[in-house]
Amino acid sequence: MATMTADEIRSIEERYPQVFQRPLYKRFAPLFLFVGILLYLIYALWFFSLPQVLRESRWERLPLFLSQWVSYDLQPEFRLDQPEITPKYPRFSALGENPNPDWVIKNAEGTFSVLIDGPGKSVTFDKSKATIVANGETVPVSLTDGKPVISGPVPDWITAHDDEVVAKMGFAGEVRVTVDRVKVRKRFLGWANFVFDTRSPFFGKSAGEVVSLIVSGPELKPGTSNLALAGDNIWNNAQWQHGDVWTKLLQTIVMAFLGTLLGGIVAFPLAFFAARNITPNGLLSQVLKRFFDFMRSVDMLIWALFFTRAFGPGPLAGSAAIFFTEIGTLGKTYSESLENIDDKPREGIKSTGANGLLVQRYGVMPEVIPVFISQTLYQWESNTRGATIIGAVGAGGIGLKLWEAMRTNSNWANVFYMVLLTLAVVFIFDNISNFLRRRLSRTIHDYNRIQAEQG
Amino acid sequence: MTLSVTAPSGATHQMADAWRRQISLRRLYTVLAVGLLLAAMFASMRFADEANAGHFFDRLPHILDFLSWLVPKDWNDVWRALFDIASPHDTGTQEFNFPLGRVYVWGGFYIPEYFELMLTTVNVALVSTFIGFIFAVPFSFIAARNLTPHPVLRLVVKRFMELLRAFPEIVIAGLFAAIVSTGPIAAIIAIGLHSIGALGKLFYEINENIDMRAEEGLRAVGANWFERVRFADLPQVLPNFMSYTLLRVEINVRASTIIGAVGGGGIGEELKLSISRGFGAKTLALVLLLFTTIFIIDQFSAWLRRKLVGEQAFLMGA
Repeated sequence: MATMTADEIRSIEERYPQVFQRPLYKRFAPLFLFVGILLYLIYALWFFSLPQVLRESRWERLPLFLSQWVSYDLQPEFRLDQPEITPKYPRFSALGENPNPDWVIKNAEGTFSVLIDGPGKSVTFDKSKATIVANGETVPVSLTDGKPVISGPVPDWITAHDDEVVAKMGFAGEVRVTVDRVKVRKRFLGWANFVFDTRSPFFGKSAGEVVSLIVSGPELKPGTSNLALAGDNIWNNAQWQHGDVWTKLLQTIVMAFLGTLLGGIVAFPLAFFAARNITPNGLLSQVLKRFFDFMRSVDMLIWALFFTRAFGPGPLAGSAAIFFTEIGTLGKTYSESLENIDDKPREGIKSTGANGLLVQRYGVMPEVIPVFISQTLYQWESNTRGATIIGAVGAGGIGLKLWEAMRTNSNWANVFYMVLLTLAVVFIFDNISNFLRRRLSRTIHDYNRIQAEQG
Repeated sequence: MTLSVTAPSGATHQMADAWRRQISLRRLYTVLAVGLLLAAMFASMRFADEANAGHFFDRLPHILDFLSWLVPKDWNDVWRALFDIASPHDTGTQEFNFPLGRVYVWGGFYIPEYFELMLTTVNVALVSTFIGFIFAVPFSFIAARNLTPHPVLRLVVKRFMELLRAFPEIVIAGLFAAIVSTGPIAAIIAIGLHSIGALGKLFYEINENIDMRAEEGLRAVGANWFERVRFADLPQVLPNFMSYTLLRVEINVRASTIIGAVGGGGIGEELKLSISRGFGAKTLALVLLLFTTIFIIDQFSAWLRRKLVGEQAFLMGA
């Protein structure tokens, strides 16, 4: 590239003063913006006392909770102070009423072995001693001195307290040994009893057995067909509550659908009066526009809380909250697109002597209806997502159920199940709405093209 | 188009008939679609009404009862509640304990409780929008079809953003509430993650519509990916990015109020308490403050967006 002479540089600078000699405030605007944002972030650090919050947060819980999304554990307990050692399982354990898992072994010499992850991670014990095996190491624990005593070095995966020895074996589980009991937690990947709960007569049967029972088995409960019984058992599964979850999910969908549709129906006529090019009355237009702003600014949360108080908790309150907010949002977007229309078709219709209503019908609607539908679909899509959250304040739907399941911090698998369902719903509705909107935008595009061709 | 003045031939007749058939078919489809929509609407209404704790027509006559507790005995209490001034009606109950919430900053100077809570909510919204913006910008350049450094990377980032967008905010908030304790930080994480997905999608759609000539020019002089994005693409899209970010601030203020109501702190929590206990003056003060703040933020953001990108800022979903 040829080098520029000083004259050439100067001439370019003179030709484009707006590029080379910008006012000071414009030249330093990015710097000011940057410094401003930096200062704000420092302020936010202080405002939320972030360092302290982070110091006090318990990040070790995160992997634990996340692993609980896709796994469950069984916690057999062995009392050593009884005449005979027998495993005891908590009530409502995932194994049902008569658990006899193959990973709890009663050995010939009277000892018990629990295989937490095969023989490589296991514990073998009787009343006098326990032997914990993991990570290639074998640790004997003597129980005869009134407290558990580890003979030899203590590996780092074992914590020896005064009265308890805790051996953590990662995801697989853990063993807790005291002089009078051995407690094991064994973790399994997957969701326990997802189809049939432990009270169901189909519990513990393989898929093939269940199918053959349904097709040709004897009636398990007199008077009901096995198919109806199986359906009822799945729907009323006590642990997963499929029936309740799906009903609540439908409520969420209905809330978004009803609220958006009713909002659209009410906003549609109002938007014509709010659009300044269609309603000559400036005052009416201003009043309506401020009304839309009001409905939008009184947040969906406030509407939801009010209607929950008025109608009681449930999807009716949620639908009403979305309905009121949508009058504002859709009214605003509708009237703004009305103000952007081409005036020529209206003038054409007017020149034929048509009355006001007919002018709107044939001069305005063909142009805006696809746009309106598209905007409504967009809101429907975003309300389907929003309905989950307002549910949690009592407005019905899956939100409340999610929130309740999370509050206890123990039922993360159920939470994940509901999250998956919600994700599926959102994806499906996104795609439906996107598909319809693409079709519509083609219609809008064609309309514009035809108009352009005709000049 | 030419109009024939002679008697219509057979062909024109056929065309007119076909046209009429087509029109009546279209009308039939429209009627069917509207009928289906109305049927679905009434079915939904019935379903929502049956599933609700109170039913619509039973509760309708009592709507005004519900408004009656909202009307305070003394309208001045609304101002007192808003600015934490002692009320003459104070009997030691939570309904009128306005001065208790004062947040003293400097000697006798205090910020009224509700303003402090509103500030928390707005700060949550601003910080989470900032988080969303910072991550969404690089993601959007990776996810745009015309700018992506690698198609596989593009797919991964796109799916990731879709997941962030669809994941219920309330679950993220609940999960982090158990880790960093309930409060604004969990709300920031939840809304911030959601904003990454939401802004990222809008941003990469903008990126896919840019003028590629500047990019080609830089490519011709041997600029690498970062240089091309920084000097050819970013200047084109930045006004639009800022416009959508401002829109996101509006949405996030609302989201942070709602997350606040389910344990994220801020004004939402206070509002929920106040409404559920039926504190008229406090509720009105809170609603007034929240309404005014959202209104001001909306109007300011609309003004700024109009300055940045003109009327284009208001064409959504079309």
